[in-house]
Amino acid sequence: MSNAIHLHYEVSGEDFTRAGEASGAVKKRLKSLGFNSDAIRRVAIAMYEAEINMVIHADGGYCDVDIYPDRIEILLADHGPGIADVDKAMQEGFSTAPDNVRNLGFGAGMGLPNIKKYTDEMRIETTIGVGTNLYLTVKVA
Amino acid sequence: MSKYFHSVELKADLCCGCTNCLKRCPTEAIRVHGGKAKILSERCIDCGECIRICPHHAKTAHSTTFDEIKKYKYRVAIPAPALFGQFNHLDNIDIVLTGLKKIGFDSVFEVSRGAELVSEATRKLIKENKLKKPIISSACPAVVRLIKIRFPELCNNVMPLKAPMEVSAKIARQEAREATGLPDEDIGVFFITPCPAKVTEVHSPNYAEKSAVNGAIAISKIYPELTHAMDHLDEVETIAHSGLMGIGWATSGGEAAAMLGDKYLAADGIENVIRVLEELEDDHIRDVEFIELNACSGGCVGGVLTVENPYVAQARIHTLRKYMPVSMNHLEERQLDMMMWENELEYDADIFRLDEDIVKAMSMMAEMEEILSGLPGLDCGSCGAPTCRAMAEDMVRGKAKESDCIHRLKAKIQNVYDQLKNTI
Repeated sequence: MSNAIHLHYEVSGEDFTRAGEASGAVKKRLKSLGFNSDAIRRVAIAMYEAEINMVIHADGGYCDVDIYPDRIEILLADHGPGIADVDKAMQEGFSTAPDNVRNLGFGAGMGLPNIKKYTDEMRIETTIGVGTNLYLTVKVA
Repeated sequence: MSKYFHSVELKADLCCGCTNCLKRCPTEAIRVHGGKAKILSERCIDCGECIRICPHHAKTAHSTTFDEIKKYKYRVAIPAPALFGQFNHLDNIDIVLTGLKKIGFDSVFEVSRGAELVSEATRKLIKENKLKKPIISSACPAVVRLIKIRFPELCNNVMPLKAPMEVSAKIARQEAREATGLPDEDIGVFFITPCPAKVTEVHSPNYAEKSAVNGAIAISKIYPELTHAMDHLDEVETIAHSGLMGIGWATSGGEAAAMLGDKYLAADGIENVIRVLEELEDDHIRDVEFIELNACSGGCVGGVLTVENPYVAQARIHTLRKYMPVSMNHLEERQLDMMMWENELEYDADIFRLDEDIVKAMSMMAEMEEILSGLPGLDCGSCGAPTCRAMAEDMVRGKAKESDCIHRLKAKIQNVYDQLKNTI
């Protein structure tokens, strides 16, 4: 796609303190490209939630972001344990996050529901013991 | 001239000699004589409780005036993270940092950056098993001073890492030197402080001979000018480089959560802090690796030099932290050495003990118990000491006499009156 900007980020599962850097970098890019603030906010929040999930639950992975004039497409892929029950994971308040990250404010169980709320399209592909791919699309008005 | 510098001081003309601060001081460092309160400087830990409680506003905190910055060619502001919770409808901390530049600082380095480095250094030291457990945070100077004068067994548990303010000052100073080529004496680094304890720490640090900070300006003093500047910014600069871990240090529990462990304890409020330290001293606290202690309720947002209610500020900090990256500052190899304390925390035995000579101290103690048994036990404060026990100690040290106790005096007068009555 010639009119797309492609960004790739490796997300470390080792260093929890780096979580949120990828989505932060994308937010900066979108700001300098001049996208409207509503679209930027939606992408920032959705990608942040997904990135944190990837670090907390899946030991990291990578993100591929494609920026088009009318939409932003994001793939977050990991080789983590996979999501056992996707319907349950989509429930507000359900979380399997460990205590130490709950103390920092994570693990409220709103990650996947928030992602769904802020994106126009969300698709989860997951296999137990293999990994999870999360495909997100945010349309720009 | 006392050898102890204190930020907390009394405005004698406003003091009416009531018992409010006297009763509230956690180290019993106040006496009321001649109708005025007096702070025993060797016992004062600058916690600010007396400032909080005084209904006549006679207790105050001395801090650096804003005009001091003009003495320096290059001025750096290092704001405490508690500052970010002081504003209504703030969604971007760059507005605060740009505002600081607008009122006269050349550059700004927020202390939450240093906080993230201290958190990482602490996690590293814990992992390498280099610290005596449980580790007590050294961030709150009032707590460090309290341990130094009252808890000898716990001095070795205090984390020998400089607090975020000092770490941030060192890095900011180095960056300023590199950017301007100016010598140290032309660079002024100023902490924007929520409390008097930090003002004292800048003047007389526990961890080194001298602090890299030149002065501490109270949030409450700078607030009007700063909010005005923030409301009239032409553009907002991108200065902030902090994550939710660093910002979280502003509230109680934030520092401990950044340890990424789950065996921690966070206590706030000086009475609660004392309770925890006493339990720790008695070895009643097991299974805890890290202890965060804040003299002020709510954490640093509860400092007495802030403008906002600590719990409102706490809620705002919580909102600001949402969707921030976890940490934006990462430790470089050589940095850890620069962050360690330059000396050890030594217990100051002179403050509370009755006498250097243990035999003399024991006889004084016995005398004290005897005097105490003769006192009414009301802890009323009328004699000018906070409790009857403190009064008995003052009497044994020769600092007070029995007639200072109005109940004893009244009993004596009653005696004389009864005798006279019988002779008439």
